[in-house]
Amino acid sequence: MDILQTYGFTLIVVAALVGFLMAWGIGANDVANAMGTSVGSKALTIKQAILIAMVFEFAGAYLAGGEVTSTIRKGILDSSYFIESPELLVYGMISALLAAGIWLGFASYLGWPVSTTHSIVGALVGFAAVGVSSDAVAWSAVGGIVGSWVITPAISGFIAFLIFQSAQKLIFDTDKPFDNAKRYVPFYMGLAGFVMSLVTIKKGLKHVGLHIEPADGYYIAIAIAILVGLIGKYAISRVHYDAKADKRTHFANVEKIFAILMIVTACCMAFAHGSNDVANAIGPLAAVVSIINSDGEISSKAGLVWWILPLGGLGIVAGLALFGHRVIATIGNGITHLTPSRGFAAELAAACTVVLASGTGLPISTTQTLVGAVLGVGMARGIAAINLGVVRNIVVSWVVTLPAGAGLSILFFFVLKGIFAP
Amino acid sequence: MPTNTFLGVFAKSPLKPLEDHIKVVNKCSQGLLPFFNSVFAGDWEKAALFQKEISNLEKQADTLKRDLRISLPRGIFMPIQRQDVLELLTQQDKIANKAKDISGRVLGRHMDIPVVMRESFMAYLERCLDATKQAKRVINELDDLLETGFRGREVRLVEDMIVDLDKIEDDTDVMQVAVRRELLDLESQLNPVDVMFLYSIIEWVGELADISERVGSRLELMLAN
Repeated sequence: MDILQTYGFTLIVVAALVGFLMAWGIGANDVANAMGTSVGSKALTIKQAILIAMVFEFAGAYLAGGEVTSTIRKGILDSSYFIESPELLVYGMISALLAAGIWLGFASYLGWPVSTTHSIVGALVGFAAVGVSSDAVAWSAVGGIVGSWVITPAISGFIAFLIFQSAQKLIFDTDKPFDNAKRYVPFYMGLAGFVMSLVTIKKGLKHVGLHIEPADGYYIAIAIAILVGLIGKYAISRVHYDAKADKRTHFANVEKIFAILMIVTACCMAFAHGSNDVANAIGPLAAVVSIINSDGEISSKAGLVWWILPLGGLGIVAGLALFGHRVIATIGNGITHLTPSRGFAAELAAACTVVLASGTGLPISTTQTLVGAVLGVGMARGIAAINLGVVRNIVVSWVVTLPAGAGLSILFFFVLKGIFAP
Repeated sequence: MPTNTFLGVFAKSPLKPLEDHIKVVNKCSQGLLPFFNSVFAGDWEKAALFQKEISNLEKQADTLKRDLRISLPRGIFMPIQRQDVLELLTQQDKIANKAKDISGRVLGRHMDIPVVMRESFMAYLERCLDATKQAKRVINELDDLLETGFRGREVRLVEDMIVDLDKIEDDTDVMQVAVRRELLDLESQLNPVDVMFLYSIIEWVGELADISERVGSRLELMLAN
């Protein structure tokens, strides 16, 4: 107890710093995944992508980011093991953040597409299992994460497949693709708006202090969806029709319309990413703060202190603004034959999956859902070539990340314990 | 900062290089028209220049072919079979090789085509090159085929184009018979060795259309999968 009272403020500052570092890392390179397809399909320029990402990442983090936080804080670790010595949990959370942040930086340096979510989970499991007791880890929750390596890509792949097929049926495989694109694309925009606003209302807004009745939530979401659809319709009506471009099919013109849709899905993706991944940085931080502020009491229901969510959001935005452009820039020419229509199916599906998973509190990785979605569109014969070798590497990196995060956090945990021990 | 991104998942597309390749192949074979015009004019210096251009384009096509082959390792998942892509590429490349062979032999032997035959020979050559052009058009549809997930309306459209290609090839067969007959009538007045080679040149020109047709049918097979 003494330790927490004596060093309480120092520990909070340290935790805030490493939390910010972690958020910075997430923003700096994970966001490239979320925005990459939009830039790759030339629907957005890099500057536009960063601007959209900043606004929507922050909005996602702030408005819908609260739900996953509690899973990471309480779902994976059994807090009863820390009641006797809460300072261990504080050290653990700080070392987990530091471990995950460092692993993230190291992997990005080597160019490995690791999952930020899994690094923090691995780190949490690591210090708890070795530093405290292997019973302190809710292994079933870890099992769920391992299961998510298969389930999440499968779900998002399936959604992507359906979205791509529906676009084929309604737009591309018709006599007048351009007219049909004008007719149906607003509905896709509406769908994106609906999913986004529904999750925000149902899961996120209570953290901000707003309470909305469930039924009202649906009405509001539908209203927002319609609004988004109407704005989209207006934007589409302003698309310049180029009569010279392939007279027969007008696919080039259709792609222009999908490019507008792509902007909506990019917003959606950034929002989903923010809502899901900000928790990685702020979850452990929130735990530290609540323990110290309550003098070592580990309460089952700790409200977020007001400055934590904005800190995470700002960290992501800052990382994105200062380093994100470098990561996104390398993408620009790497992708061939990724047109807006194909990118859109992958992104909208991934965004839906992340947003839905964020709603259920399962800590999934954005990369996972995107890989699943891309494979889904590929299965529908919508993407010219997918490098299965890279897919394999990504999957391997998911597996490696858990033990790597664990090892680092064990190390930092004992270092911290040594420093602050009386 | 190296890319830490899932975007490496997108492999290099084989479709664009296929289109680029047949574009060069077509340009290469179309070079036969000015080449034969200078041959008819008896301007062998100019003919040599055109031959050189054909030969250069053929080399360029070879480079494109090699690049595409290298960029398609086994672990790449595509909407069309890898084997089909490589086979299609091989066929396309044969057109350029044939064009180079024809121009090379005509130039090497300073072969002259009898004046009475020239008109029908040129018409025959043009028709064969139409087939190559049509093959290029068909391959250019790959983009749109991808857009529609290789099914539905766009597939039928491409199938129609392939039917047209077959028709052009049929035409060239008929014309080949006519050109041969003309040569048969002239045989007695010409050097027998020249006649032998002329027959094979006529045949090779016909092969331009044959291979073009094969490009179309390879694509048709791909779509049938």
